[in-house]
Formats: sequence, C-alpha cells, structure tokens
Amino acid sequence: MTQIRRTRSGGRIDRSQPVRFTFDGRELTGFAGDTLASALLANDEHLVGRSFKYHRPRGILTAGSEEPNALVGVTRSPGSGTPNLRATQVELHEGLSARSQNRFPSLGFDIGAVNDLLSPLFVAGFYYKTFMWPKSFWNRVYEPFIRAAAGLGVAPTAPDRDRYANRYAHCDVLIAGAGPAGIAAALSAAEVGARVILADEQAEMGGALLHETGATVERQPADRWLEAALAELAANPRVTLLLRTTAFGYFNHNYIALGERVTDHLAVPDPDLPRERLWQVRARQVVIAAGSIERPLVFPENDRPGVMLAEAGRIYANRYGVLPGRSIAVATACDTAYRAALDIHAAGGSIAVIADLRERPDEALVAEARAAGIRVETSCVVTGVLGRKRVRSVLLGRLRSGSVTAAGTVNADCLLMSGGWTPNVSLHSQSRGKLVWDAERGAYLPGAAVQAERSAGSCAGVDGLAAVLADGAHAGAEAAREATGTAHAPRQIVAEGGEAGIGWVLGALPHDRDAARVRAFVDYQNDVTAKDVKLAVREGMHSIEHIKRYTTTGMATDQGRLSNMNALSIASTALNRPVPEVGLTTFRQPYTPVSFGTLATTSRGDLFDPVRKTPIHGWAAGQGAAFEDVSLWKRAWYFPRGGEDMHRAVERECRTVRESVGLFDASTLGKIEVVGPDAAEFLNRIYTNPWLKLGPGRLRYGLMLNEAGFIMDDGVVGRLAEDRFHVTTTTGGAPRVLAHMEDYLQTEWPDLKVWLTSTTEQWAVIAVQGPKAREAIAPLVDDIDLATEALPHMSMREGHVMGGIPCRLFRMSFTGEAGYELNVPPSRAREVWEAVWANVEKLGGCAYGTETMHVLRAEKGYIIVGQETDGTVTPDDVGMSWAIGKKKRDFVGMRSLARPDLVAEGRKQLVGLLTRDGTALLEEGAQITREAVPALKTPALGHVTSSYVSPAAGRPIALAMIADGRARMGETLHVPMPEGAITVEVVPPVFVDPEGARLNV
Amino acid sequence: MSEAILYSADGDTETVLAAPGLRVSRTRPVARFAFRGDAAAAGKAGAAFGASLPMTPLAANQVAARAALWLGPDEWLLLAADEPPAAIAAGIEAALADVPHALVDVSERNLALLVEGERAARLLNTQVFLDLDLAAFPVGMATRTLFAKAEIILWRLGDEAFAVECWRSFAPYIEGLLLEGARGL
Repeated sequence: MTQIRRTRSGGRIDRSQPVRFTFDGRELTGFAGDTLASALLANDEHLVGRSFKYHRPRGILTAGSEEPNALVGVTRSPGSGTPNLRATQVELHEGLSARSQNRFPSLGFDIGAVNDLLSPLFVAGFYYKTFMWPKSFWNRVYEPFIRAAAGLGVAPTAPDRDRYANRYAHCDVLIAGAGPAGIAAALSAAEVGARVILADEQAEMGGALLHETGATVERQPADRWLEAALAELAANPRVTLLLRTTAFGYFNHNYIALGERVTDHLAVPDPDLPRERLWQVRARQVVIAAGSIERPLVFPENDRPGVMLAEAGRIYANRYGVLPGRSIAVATACDTAYRAALDIHAAGGSIAVIADLRERPDEALVAEARAAGIRVETSCVVTGVLGRKRVRSVLLGRLRSGSVTAAGTVNADCLLMSGGWTPNVSLHSQSRGKLVWDAERGAYLPGAAVQAERSAGSCAGVDGLAAVLADGAHAGAEAAREATGTAHAPRQIVAEGGEAGIGWVLGALPHDRDAARVRAFVDYQNDVTAKDVKLAVREGMHSIEHIKRYTTTGMATDQGRLSNMNALSIASTALNRPVPEVGLTTFRQPYTPVSFGTLATTSRGDLFDPVRKTPIHGWAAGQGAAFEDVSLWKRAWYFPRGGEDMHRAVERECRTVRESVGLFDASTLGKIEVVGPDAAEFLNRIYTNPWLKLGPGRLRYGLMLNEAGFIMDDGVVGRLAEDRFHVTTTTGGAPRVLAHMEDYLQTEWPDLKVWLTSTTEQWAVIAVQGPKAREAIAPLVDDIDLATEALPHMSMREGHVMGGIPCRLFRMSFTGEAGYELNVPPSRAREVWEAVWANVEKLGGCAYGTETMHVLRAEKGYIIVGQETDGTVTPDDVGMSWAIGKKKRDFVGMRSLARPDLVAEGRKQLVGLLTRDGTALLEEGAQITREAVPALKTPALGHVTSSYVSPAAGRPIALAMIADGRARMGETLHVPMPEGAITVEVVPPVFVDPEGARLNV
Repeated sequence: MSEAILYSADGDTETVLAAPGLRVSRTRPVARFAFRGDAAAAGKAGAAFGASLPMTPLAANQVAARAALWLGPDEWLLLAADEPPAAIAAGIEAALADVPHALVDVSERNLALLVEGERAARLLNTQVFLDLDLAAFPVGMATRTLFAKAEIILWRLGDEAFAVECWRSFAPYIEGLLLEGARGL
C-alpha cells in the first residue's frame, strides 16, 4: 500500500524517480520533487507530531514555512541532525531519515498526552499562577521540572560537523519572494540594468504560479511562462537568483540577512559545499513580495490530523499530485476554497461538502461547484470534528441570526478550511514600517515605509494574478528607478485566471457544542485556545502585548502569522474594542528559525579569532613549550624538560636566569613609533613621567593614566632621536593605547606635529636576561659597544647583529637582572634567536616563558598592569609616585590625582606578603582580613594580587593590595580559606636585590 | 600584469590556493613605509619617492615598482620593490629635512597576498563587506577595511586582481578563511 493518495497524473513531481525515506523508522516512498509533507500525505499519513503543551496528535496544516504542527527532526548521523524542521519545507531525498517530536514512547501512544486530560489545569498563565510558593521550591523543584518538560525537539549532542559559509553582497534591488509579484518585479528591475537579488525560501521559484494550473500568463500556461521568465533572469549577469533562501532579518539601513540552505535537500552532498550560507545584503531598495497566508477557522477540534488549510490542499493536489484525503469536506468563508475544491475534484478527489459560512456566496462559484456534483451548503458552519488521530467525520451547524443549530454530520477523513487571507507583513514590520488596519478586508496592510522598501502583490493586499503581476512589475520598476536613477516603464504582463477571492471571517466561530468541554485552537504550536485568550482578557490583560505573553499566542516559530489575526479578533470582541485599538504585536527577526551554524558562519575553531604567533613560535613549539593565550597571541608559557611539570620547570627557569642567563620571546609587546617635532611634548602629556630632557639613546619606564587618574598601561620608551620615540606597551594593551593616544591627538591636541605608527610587528623582540646576558649576545653584535659605561642600564643603540641584521638594542630589565632586548626584523628573528640560543646553551642558560617572567618580576615587586591594578589603582597606590614628573604642568589624569577620594586615607596600597609557615602558597584573589575568623560581613582589608613560589627567596611570596598597606609593615594578617585561615606578615614588596645592584653588572 | 613589477608571487611554494578562476599567493618582500604629514609634506615626499602621493581619498598611484596609497587625509602607505628600505627612507628624509612629517619603516610589519581570478571578488566578499563591483570599487582603489576580524588594506590591481596587505601575524588567519571560503564558493 504505497502512495495511495497520489493522483494518476499531474503535479511537478518526477514520477520516474521514486525516493525512499523513513519516518519514525518506517520505510516509505515518495517521488523526486516531493516535500516530506507531500510524501507523507501521498502515503495517507496525517498524524506527524504532538503538540507542545497538551501533546495532542497533530497533522499537516499548511504547505509552507508557516507550518505550526508538522515539526520533525532530521538526522544525518548519530548525535547530529536538526530538530524542529517544518515537514512542509523538508525536501525529500533518497535515504532521508525524519522523526516526529514531542512524543514518548511513540507517536501513536504518547504518555505526555495525559496533559490533554489535565488541560483544565493548564490554562493561560498557568506557570505564573502555580509555581508561586514556597519560594524555596523554585530552584529545586519547579524550574528543573519545567525545564525538563519544556522545549521542542531534541538538541544534537555531537559537535556540528557541517560547514557554514558567509557572503556579503550589495545590490540595487533585493526582492524577497519569487511568486508572481516578485518575478514581475525582478523582470522590471533587471530591464533597466539594476543589480537584482531575488530570493525565495522554496525549492522552486514561482510561488502561486507553481499550482495555479488553470491560469495563463502572456497567453501561455502559467508554468510555461514562469520557466521562460526564470530563464530570462538567470541569463542576466546582473541578477542573482537564490533558491531555498529565506530573508529572515530586516535590519537598519536596508541591511538584510538571508539564510540559504545549500545541501540539506541532497542525498549525498558534495563535502566542499557548506550546509548553509548566510547572505548579508546591503540593498539600495527592497521589494517585499512575501505573499499572503491563509487563515485557519477557529472551531472546536480544529487541530485534529486531517484538518488542513484549503489552499494547502490545492497545492498538494496541483503541485505535488497528492489528494489530501479520501473524502474531503471544505469549510470556508472565502471564495478561494471553491477553487481548491474544484481542482481537487478535477484531480480525482472526492469532495463531500462545501460548507460556506456566508449566506450568499458568489453565485457563479456555487453553480460551478454544484455543476461538478459537489454539495454546497450556505450559512453553514463547521462545529467540530470526530476522530482523535485523524478526522473521521465533520459536524455541521446551521447559522440563523447568530445562533447555531445542528445540521448533521458528514463522513470525511480530511477537512479543508479557509477563513480568508492574511497579508504577510512580517518583513515590512521588521523594517519598522507601520501597519494600517483595513476594515474592508479585515486585515492589516503595510503602511508608510521607514526604510527604502515597498511591499508588492498580495502581501500589500493586492489580489488576483493579473493585479499581482502588475503591482510587482510596478514595484520593481520603481525600486530600480530609485536605486539607479534610470526610469523605465514596468513590464506589461497579461494574465487570466487566478482570480481574486473575496470573503473572510475572524475570530472564534459560533457553535452549538458544550463550551466547557470543547477547545478551539488559535495558536496550534503553542496550544493556545480561544478560551485562553478570553481568560487572559478577563484576568486583566488588555494590551495585545500582554495577552501575547500571558497566553504565548503568536510566540511560535511562525511568529503568529497563522494565529495573530484570530487572537486579535477574539481579544477585541472580549474587550469590546475595535481591532486597531487592541493593536498588533511587532514581528521580529528571524522570520523563520535559523540554525546557530548559519549565524556563526566560519567563526569556529581556529578561525573564530585570529591566532597570532610570533616568529619564534615554531622554535618554542619544537622545544616542547606550553603556550598560554595573551589577548590574541600565543605566548610560550614555560619550557618543560624531561617530564617536568610546570612548577619544576618554572623553578628551574627562574634559578637559571638569576644564576646565568635566560632567553625570552617578548615579540608580542605592543610598539608604537611616535615621530614628529612635538613627539617629546606629546609623550609628556600622555605619560606621568617627564620626557623633554630624556636624551637620545636613553630609555625610560613610562606610566600612563586614564582621565580618572588610574593606571592604564605601562612600558619602556626609548628615544631614538630628537623627534622619534620607540614606545612599548603591554601585550594586551597595544590597541587600546594606540587608540587612546590617537584620540587625544585628534581631538585635544590637533596642533601638535606628531604622528603615531604601530610597529608591533615591525620588530621581533628577543630578551636576554641574567648575569651572563652580555656574554650571550656580545659575539653576535656587529657595531654596538656593550660595555656598561657605553651602554648603561636603561639605554639603547641602533646598530646591527650577525653581519648586518638591523637591531634596536635596549639595555633594560624586567627581571631585576642585567638584561638586553634585541629588536630585530621578524623575517630574521628566528636565525638571531637560534644564534643567541647557541650561546645561551653554552653558558648553561635556558629559554623561559611568561610564567617565569611573572615570578621574576614579582620577586622584584614590579607590577603588571591588570594584575596588581584593576582600573581603580593610582601610581601612589602601587608605590610609584616616583614615576610622576613633579614639575610637570599637566598630563592625562593629573587633575584626577588630586581628587579627595584619591588622596584620602585608607586606600589600598601595594605590599608584599610572606606566609608565617613559609610554605603555604596563597591563592591570587584571596581576601585579607585582620582576624583569622572574622565575623560575617566583616569587610576585607585587601586581596592577594600575585602569588608564586620564589626560588630566589626560597619560599612562596605574594603581592597584595591592602588598605593603608605601607603603614602596616610587620603586621600579622590573615587570609581566610575554606580549609582555615593562613597567617601572613606584611613586608615590603621587593624580595630580591632591593638595592638593584644586579642591574648594573 | 603591471602589478607583477611591485608584487610578485614567489613560485609554487607561495601559492596559498589555486582553483578554477581563483588563485591566492604570497608575495615577495617589498619595502613599505607609513607616511604621515600635511599636503605640502606629501607633495615633497612624492617627488622624492618617485610616485606622487594621491590627494583623492581611496586612490592609489603606481609608477613602475613604486606605489603610494591614500589611507587618510594625512596618511599614506608607500610601497617599493626596487630598492632596500633604508635607501628609500634616506632619499625621502633628505627632501623633507625642514618639513614636519613622520616616515616609519613598516616593511616587516605587513605581508601581502594576491587574490586573483574570475572569482576573486566573490572570494573576498566571504569576509570583506565592501561592495566590490567594478563600478563601486574600480581598479586602482585602495582602502583600509576589515577581513572578518583582521584589519587589512585592500587594493584593486585589476578587474580580477586584488592585493591584501595585512599585519604578518594575521596572515595565517586570513589565509585560513580564504581557503575555507573557496570551498563550495
């Protein structure tokens, strides 16, 4: 029994290509060109899912992306896959494996359906009302329970193995939707040479033209004209056609995000193709041709599998060659459902009845239906259906002056319904365009545009094929003229058929059933009923925004495109206020759900952020270095030897540097070349230190404050010439410091003749530190005198190393040992490094990483900006008042240093800490108190900022910021920890060579 | 192509990617300078450099193996493939002895990639958000912009040829994204 509902002929499917697929593990067959929904219907499968809240059996309601019920999970491999795909959009391919959702253990028998019996409990606002007390239950009982029960579909557990691509694009005219209006717009816009992007979410372009079988365009059958029109567009190099591409976000300045599904429809995708591609489009003009969406009728049991929108039934028959049922009833308030009934009848379907709500529908249509042998009842309302997992029969009622009397039952396994059409205004609304209520049509239409966009065709309230084509052509020509300045008459397109249908109804239909026992659904996906909306109004929700949040109506994946108008109408009736006064919620991005992969595009793994490596990186990696991330840089952290752990490696490296010599890659330090006649004056204003008298060839440690007087960055600055300085910054602070300097230069001191150039990557920096540092480099230096008299501590020379490699040689130290920093071109850095390394090895030295650098500087009490400082620390707080030029008239932050709170007693000051037992290692960030066991809520005196085992001190050392710390030398304090307080003594923050004698070796 | 005089690919080892209608290659080193100063300084610098510094925003001026790219109202990037940086700097500094300016050697700071072929613009647009249509970004236009999260200078050398100048540590990231973008382009 396969494809028993397939028509004998017709449709756009390829009957020569059967396609096997599975649904919940069962093997089924469809044809190439089917969607999962059409293939399931061809096999007479209507029950495809369970609803979110009540776990009610649900069927396929629509044929488009607005589908609320038929949500499935599609799996390509175990642990991966995509939940919550709409079966109406999933294209069939060989081997497709789809599963229904929200049911356990099976779709047919679902334990969660007990919720349906308990539905009187789960009224609107259920969560707000129920989980109120006791308060302590929220975290432990209620929330875990709700979280476990909530959520649609199953999230994948394995990392996503698919690739996702990104494309930026610009165009004159972006057209969202390739139905008749969109295609006419594209033809007209392309005619003037505009750059056009035409995007459609479906697998084929054409929209209604794909199922408008009776219509002719330019005296050809609609599908033939469509083929020619698409060929014309495809041949135009200025036109980009994007299939399976949803315009899901309309942002400011006509920036529109499109999601293209590239491979999901393929049985065996090319591994080079991304699964999805994000298009970020900047469009001069936009034409929204999003069509309109048929509205469900709100009557009891309107959610049973087998209940479907009338036009969806017509699409399945005409486009996919599938009859939606064996015996089909039609309930309508709109003419278009007659066309559905007649087309299905013509395709071999059996129409049991057309029940028209209206007293006097169009006589010609009624006559045409009756001529085809179809029973038509007027003033006739559907009052319910029998059957749980599938419609078995339809209950009818007779409408007489507002009341309903039973009018019999019709046997049917499918009910097609139409409450009229809702223009699809989502994108217009996303663009911040206002909506205007049209009482005549019972619909909101796009109002004035805020951005450069216009709606065309049925989303603008234009009905009937000929009118839609004309409106689209006009919109395309107008958009192209606005974008390019070239005027051209819109393409004239003659069409017949596809007539406009009139008639609509909004809100809950009257019925003769027991109101307490039946439920009529407004929002299918979120299980919101007409009663819920009324209850929300009774409980005081008078704004549609409140009603939406209280009931969750309109919060499903279709964003209320199916439900909003009915909910609004019910609310309006309950409030006794006209619809426009109740308002309409705003449509937001995304139009339909978008995968995280599409939003992330290529930003994952190694390509998430730039991974910056120094020219020495390869050497360090070869030596087995461990690396740490410092901003975007990879820095060598330590160099373990022979199975050393970090602790042992760092201890060895520290000892080696102090005893002989160590080699350190400092290339990541930020560098800025400051050049111009006012260079010294500029630095004088930016730094706290004085610069005017620093001679060329000299270095100075510079301290930089922000406007609030707090330390922002530091670094050593060398004067290359009267008008040229080599500034260094911290690794992480480099971009911030350059921006800070540039900001002041451009906004405050444009008169200064000085310019800044980042040279961070112009120079690789090889630091050689230790008593044997000079020995290590001396044989390599061509033309610089290294004698202390010629090149004392804190001086620099430009020269060459290794026979002509340019070098800016700094004599400086961040370890407390004598040291040099060789600034050399990155392209030559590796060979210089290896030459120095050969000497270092001979001298018994080692390479060291950032951890050892941290220990060595902490032993000397040198601060690290961002470790000892936290954005609230002044120079005096860290004992660096010496870095402030006392005679300076001004510098950034100077005035703030005189603020009362910055000169008050009690500020935290930098001190050293030694643990009483001489062995305990403090935790960085730990709080420091006067008492070992302070009373609860006692404020801490300060905190530990740095803590290391110091080989030189032979014990753990720490730096800390403590209130009035310098006045507490020798005091005993405590660091409370979970295992008990650690007793510490306050000491000066210099643990090695306080006189600095080792610097001048 | 004229750009070969300035930028030349260094044989097969410098090919990052070669596909139908697409080629990305690393270039041989060139001398580069950041030049800052006012119009008068720029005028003198151009005369000394041998390629005048353009005053039109986003313009580039190439003369044989030298080029000057406008980057800002007082900022240019100078490129030269025919002489070592020190010699070029000496020439410009001599001509500008009395004129306030800043000339900083950035030869080693940057690397350049050539992105060429029929699909070059499309490949760049996987991470560059600018409109690279010939009408919007004509041959000879140069600008500082972003390539994903990396700052670059993009210079159109021909209808189907672009130079991408970036800081050297960003090159692997840019190359990685170009390789990724070229798959299924």
